[in-house]
Amino acid sequence: MYQYDEYDEVLVRERVSEFRDQVARRLSGDLSEEEFLPLRLQNGLYNQKHAYMLRVAIPYGVLSSAQLRMLAHIARRYDRGYGHFTTRQNIQYNWIKLEEAPDILQELATVQMHAIQTSGNCVRNITTEQFAGVAADEILDPRPLAEILRQWSTLNPEFAFLPRKFKIALSASKEDRAAVRMHDVGVYMHLNAAGQKVLRVFAGGGLGRTPILSSQIRDDLPWQHLLSYVEAILRVYNRYGRRDNKYKARIKILVKALGVDAFAAEVEQEWLHLKDGPSTLTEDEYERVAHFFRQERYEQVDAHDPTFERQLADNKRFAQWVKRNVREHKVPGYASVTLSTKPGAGVPPGDVTAEQMEHIAAWADEFGLGEIRIAHEQNVILPDVRLRDLHALWYRAVAQNLATPNLGLLTDIIACPGGDYCSLANARSLPIAESIARRFDDLDFLCDLGELSLNISGCINACGHHHMGNIGVLGVDKDGEEWYQVTIGGAQGNESALGKVIGPSFRAEEMPGVIERLVETYCQVRVEGEAFIDTLARVGAEPFKANVYHHAV
Amino acid sequence: MPKIIRINAGVPQVMDDDWELVRAAELASACEPHRKIVPLSYFRSMLEEHRPSNIQAVWISPDDDFESLVPELRSMKVIAVDFPTFRDGRGYSVATLLRSRYQWDGELRAIGDVLRDQLNYMRRCGFDSFAVRADKDIDDAIKSFNHYSVKYQGAVDDPLPLFRRRGGL
Repeated sequence: MYQYDEYDEVLVRERVSEFRDQVARRLSGDLSEEEFLPLRLQNGLYNQKHAYMLRVAIPYGVLSSAQLRMLAHIARRYDRGYGHFTTRQNIQYNWIKLEEAPDILQELATVQMHAIQTSGNCVRNITTEQFAGVAADEILDPRPLAEILRQWSTLNPEFAFLPRKFKIALSASKEDRAAVRMHDVGVYMHLNAAGQKVLRVFAGGGLGRTPILSSQIRDDLPWQHLLSYVEAILRVYNRYGRRDNKYKARIKILVKALGVDAFAAEVEQEWLHLKDGPSTLTEDEYERVAHFFRQERYEQVDAHDPTFERQLADNKRFAQWVKRNVREHKVPGYASVTLSTKPGAGVPPGDVTAEQMEHIAAWADEFGLGEIRIAHEQNVILPDVRLRDLHALWYRAVAQNLATPNLGLLTDIIACPGGDYCSLANARSLPIAESIARRFDDLDFLCDLGELSLNISGCINACGHHHMGNIGVLGVDKDGEEWYQVTIGGAQGNESALGKVIGPSFRAEEMPGVIERLVETYCQVRVEGEAFIDTLARVGAEPFKANVYHHAV
Repeated sequence: MPKIIRINAGVPQVMDDDWELVRAAELASACEPHRKIVPLSYFRSMLEEHRPSNIQAVWISPDDDFESLVPELRSMKVIAVDFPTFRDGRGYSVATLLRSRYQWDGELRAIGDVLRDQLNYMRRCGFDSFAVRADKDIDDAIKSFNHYSVKYQGAVDDPLPLFRRRGGL
């Protein structure tokens, strides 16, 4: 993975010292809360319901085992012994003291980590997919350009006070696993007919109260122009994005207001001034950064391991886990393992204890190449595990409650922290996730249902990406009471779609029943081998609605 | 006399402000423009009405279309850019354009809700004078210029991104 050099080290240290000074000025009263707010947000610090929350950056979701051990240490020393992995591939701590935040950042800096721009109206953590660099269907490795973009966006002086937050995702595989089109800017990297690395650029996506999938604004952009092109987009947005209404300030509203062609033309016009300027990327820089991501420690092993194959045949539970949570790797004899953070009722999706983190770090060293990934689905991935070690890893993961074979299934729920923690939330998310997990605790039944994504958000800000779930749940407030609105038909990936509301919202206690009715309808009308989303596309929403509302109280 | 911070030969210094900021166009019309920074809208109306003026300095609001007046702005001694609130970042792009695209090389001043923690960003976008908000301690604010020695990306202060220098180490 990327290793800091002296420049990166110094910058992060300088950032810590600046923030220490800002916190001191806040505590002394030199800075008002209003003035402090954007400063602390740009250092990842929120003031939440019960305490401060710190969101630590995990650039493009990649961690070393040493970094994960540090995250465990932070959880123990400064929080209540756990952290929460988010849909932006970051980690959040919920019980932070303001006075201690600079110390935490200082400790993080010792392992080349920070919380820069994990919040605030600036360019946020750059994301890509969890299998970057190891996916068998990968055309290019998106991580070098993601790191280059991370550096460019870090403390970029022109874009630190944008109209709203700004999220960029990259994907470079046949299948989009990075939810690219729900980002403000999304980039698909691929090779053109001449074999050159080119970028297909999308803009104007985002969820929240006006969910929109982004539109293509440029094709075949040579990769060397990534920074100048993104700069052109951001300058147009910074100058012309709405600032009068927080809810209309995202770039998607500007793209929609101008029309995608007119917006693209504005960007092109701006870019002509920047094209071929000093920010044009060089082969040298690409190679320098790419060098850190090239994994040279793979062993030469056979694609088939007889011991592993015997273990598969002998142990049904192990085989079930391998089938669901273990993924093909581009290097023969290796696989990528997803450790599910959703073992069922009792554990909020994405929550991982300090002890579990330490175990995962140890497994990454023992069975892998010391690297860990975080998925936007809030699971933890060991990207490089030898086939012969899978059984030993599974055995230990079972003991740590991290081996639930439910990847991509109904209980692999994506959920935001909701009203239990978040001061923006209108309703709680975690108890809904819990009640659904409790109702659907039969793994054989879940496996039979197959791929079915369920996303829960506690408010319209949509941190749980409910619009992108095959089934989406949105917490709403009605006269001080918590209600839940249900959407169906959302999807991520190459066929991204936004879910549609099925009708009036429900009370919390109705939710497991509602999900049950949706699942029941699917089971009744599906044809052999058809996924939920495909059945829905074939028969339409009516049978689902009819069944849900027929049973509704 | 009010104070400003001005970058002199690369060094930020607190000094007396010998310009007076005139916020409203009505007030600008009532005074002799010498050593006054007047609204761009006032300057524009003078030009449109072909009235002679000795305007030497204007301030630009982020809503102003300053680009249509760039040739006329070249005769100014000072161009100021207003930050209606410190959360409004349009002024950073305005400054960047004035310096990099329109080659403004005179004094470029940040006015309005100008706070200590923005000064470094402003400097990097090409501002070289800063009217720190009056209720803030300007001698305290000036300390903020020294926090960073590393800049990843090119900006007005140094168009070369770090990656073009990194290899040389």
